Amino acid sequence: MESLIILFRHTLLLSLLLLCSQVSALEFNRVQPNESTVTFDYKQMGVPLKGKFSKFSVQLSFDPANLTTAQARLEMDVASIDTGSADGDDAVVGKLWFNAKAYPTAGFVSTGLKTLGGNRYEATGKLTIKGKTLDIVAPVIFQADGSRGVFEGGFTIKRLDYAIGEGEWTDLGTVANDIQIKFHIVVNAAPGKK
Amino acid sequence: MVERYNNTAIALHWLIAMLVFAAFPLGVYMHDLPLSPTKLQLFSYHKWIGVTVFVLAVVRVVWRATHTPPALPDSISRLQQIGSHIVHGLLYVLLFAVPISGWLMSSAKGFKTVWFGVLPLPDLVGKDKALGTLLTGVHLSLNYMLLLLVVLHIAALIKHRFIDHDDVLTRMLPKWNRS
Repeated sequence: MESLIILFRHTLLLSLLLLCSQVSALEFNRVQPNESTVTFDYKQMGVPLKGKFSKFSVQLSFDPANLTTAQARLEMDVASIDTGSADGDDAVVGKLWFNAKAYPTAGFVSTGLKTLGGNRYEATGKLTIKGKTLDIVAPVIFQADGSRGVFEGGFTIKRLDYAIGEGEWTDLGTVANDIQIKFHIVVNAAPGKK
Repeated sequence: MVERYNNTAIALHWLIAMLVFAAFPLGVYMHDLPLSPTKLQLFSYHKWIGVTVFVLAVVRVVWRATHTPPALPDSISRLQQIGSHIVHGLLYVLLFAVPISGWLMSSAKGFKTVWFGVLPLPDLVGKDKALGTLLTGVHLSLNYMLLLLVVLHIAALIKHRFIDHDDVLTRMLPKWNRS
């Protein structure tokens, strides 16, 4: 009798667990490029400026119930950069800045995702700009409304770590070293998979 | 014995004159430089000077509103006195209009003006390419007017000093420079 109760309990627990994972086994993987943005903030002579990448592609799959399978890959078209300054847009694809001819894309590939509790996560990955790859860590907030999910996050890079701005532009008094990159990725869950 | 402007007014006049004489050629020189750190610096210095002129112009108008400037000598004809008031009035207007047009133009082009790289001024207009081009024209035109008026201002002082031999200039000279 006692063992029966234990068995019953186990079964109940197991089915409960299964139920839980069934409910949240919603994989978000349909990126909505038109609603997603990759922007950056920087300072020039103390003046805050906003820029963005107009062209980029994202592949992403994220299951809140199974973080180990989470994956993200972002590729930005360097020539599509909008620096917030008409002068800057022409100069910035040049050799001293992004050298868009030699390095037409910049990219991010995730290496891991861990939860920070609630809807907060920490993504780690490799960021490649101008042929140079460095590890980055970015706090991310994921908000889902039904089958529509939004990733919001950002991180700061030092531009000189990637040789963004060479020669006279290594001067940090004019264009500051810190660049805050922000991403807003809208991704829907595959329909019918609940 | 000539009645002079007081020290505050004299200091404000010459300080603003110096700043305008720095900002004007800087603006002419910098505007079509190729992009470089120097260009970014010069643009910032130009804007910082402009904001400073604006602030000093406010102080100056407050001074002017609370003080009576020394009267012009009677030797100057009524017509010339009216002409002088008009030129001075327009100069005051431009000490405001030129910096304000530059500030708005900067905002329209997407660059916040940050005084000395520390104090951000609000953007009264948003980023707007067409408006930026328009305000560039306005800023330029106002500066040509300023140039014209400053030339008139200096021509008048030369005339008073070397043709009329009156004391008009002395009123605006510091005491230690009295001739």
